[in-house]
Amino acid sequence: MIQEKVAQGTVSGESPMLLSLRNVGKVFSNGVPALSKVDLAIREGDFLSLLGPSGCGKSTALRLIAGLSTPTSGQLDWRGSIDRSNIGFVFQEPTLLPWASVFDNVWLPLRLKGVSRAEAKPAVMEMLSRVHLTGFENAVPRELSGGMKMRVSIARAMVTKPRILLMDEPFAALDEITRFKLNNDLLELWQDERFTVVFVTHSVFESVFLSSRVVVMAARPGRVHGELAIEAPYPRDEAFRTSPDYAALCRQASDVLVNAINSTAGPHHDGH
Amino acid sequence: MTAIEDNALKLDPEEARRVRQERLERIGKWVLPLAIMVLAIWLWDRICVWNGIPQYILPRPGVVLQTLHDDAGLLFSSLLVTLRITFLSLLLAVIGGVGLAVLFAQSKWVEMSFFPFAIVLQVTPIVAIFPLINIYINNQTTKLLLCAWIVAFFPILSNTTLGLNSVDRNLRDLFKLNGATRWQQLRYLRLPAAMPYFLGGLKIAGGLSLIGAVVAEFVAGAQGQSSGLASRIIEAGYRLNAPRLFAALILISLTGILIFLVLSLVSHLILRRWHESALKQER
Repeated sequence: MIQEKVAQGTVSGESPMLLSLRNVGKVFSNGVPALSKVDLAIREGDFLSLLGPSGCGKSTALRLIAGLSTPTSGQLDWRGSIDRSNIGFVFQEPTLLPWASVFDNVWLPLRLKGVSRAEAKPAVMEMLSRVHLTGFENAVPRELSGGMKMRVSIARAMVTKPRILLMDEPFAALDEITRFKLNNDLLELWQDERFTVVFVTHSVFESVFLSSRVVVMAARPGRVHGELAIEAPYPRDEAFRTSPDYAALCRQASDVLVNAINSTAGPHHDGH
Repeated sequence: MTAIEDNALKLDPEEARRVRQERLERIGKWVLPLAIMVLAIWLWDRICVWNGIPQYILPRPGVVLQTLHDDAGLLFSSLLVTLRITFLSLLLAVIGGVGLAVLFAQSKWVEMSFFPFAIVLQVTPIVAIFPLINIYINNQTTKLLLCAWIVAFFPILSNTTLGLNSVDRNLRDLFKLNGATRWQQLRYLRLPAAMPYFLGGLKIAGGLSLIGAVVAEFVAGAQGQSSGLASRIIEAGYRLNAPRLFAALILISLTGILIFLVLSLVSHLILRRWHESALKQER
């Protein structure tokens, strides 16, 4: 059953294109090629994971999409007009203002757009309840656990109702139990709002559990190696996580990843 | 305290010893310096008596205390003069230091161009600069203020500059992503991030502004133009009035300690909720 549903190299869905990367390359100022000839089509409502070993340029790709960095070759085509306020970004670290309360941290993107505290309050409180942090609005980051900090970070990224949410290995530093919980909550949020997600990870299991598409990248230079459509239905819950379907999908993704790692030229691998 | 003791009963000997050790350290932190201080004063007194040292060379502590009481009017009015210079110069150091740091933070070029001047001002001994200031400036207060300011502003400038430039890279990106203006980035990100650094500089500057005020007065006072504590010391020195000299010295020391404690408290109150330096270690 799974075999047929997973097709390598296909592009899923009929939903409209949101962004396409065409022949995108990035060479760092020290001459290191980070990305080479990346073609990637991101559709509205995709949950797309960029999966790959360290140094494959997945974070660089994310920064290019965010506009935090510019490509040295190729181009990014957004459908329609998109400005930065349509982009939400979640960093690898929670990256909160340590001196500000949870409320103020989530309010920040709105505040920078000139929205007053009173005006922002309904949206901020709504977002805090969506990430299960109601009652913690006056806490400062220091008083929260790692998972809770990441929830604040997600609430902050989502409070502006972005069309696309970019996540750079957001749960890599969390323990497994917390990571599973946040995976579930993120999926719930995504299913309710149907924004587009580009999720960078080096975990096969996480990418398969979350995504509708997994794009596998290879290193030196960073490039797209292959793609898997994960057509298991949503909602995906703990039952899915322990199902044979999931295990089979993970094996497939893992095979592609191993291929990608082996395809990398060079005398040594770092073991990532 | 009882909670700790109750816990100690259930802890293994290793842990219990650690808790006991910590409690001892807590008490010792206060008791030890006080005990040494009392001992030192007693020794001072004994040395005077045993050696029959005359009062105009080394007065006994009791005499100094008596002088502090008898000359209170004179000494405290002088202290007020010194304090006024100290606080005004500290205020100006904060304004100047932070202002310049913000200016430096706006552009690397500005920082590169002007920072060396700040360093030159800092490393040249103020006593050597004073005669120049004395020529160019007539107003006595302005003279003293300028001196104390030159001594005090550098730690604030240097620390605040460091703080403004030490903002987390990702947070900067976050502000960029959200289209923050330069002013917003300064107001909501860089200034708060620089706060612990600034407060560290402020603690140093507090002490330095007192030193600056006293040194400036010393140089000015030598020309009979000042009425602060430093000129009382010079005056007392001329008259071999050692008890008053000691009394004035003690007042200056106490003032310095008080400034340090107040600034430490301010720093603690501002940072206590979020900064590592102000947080108690969790066990």
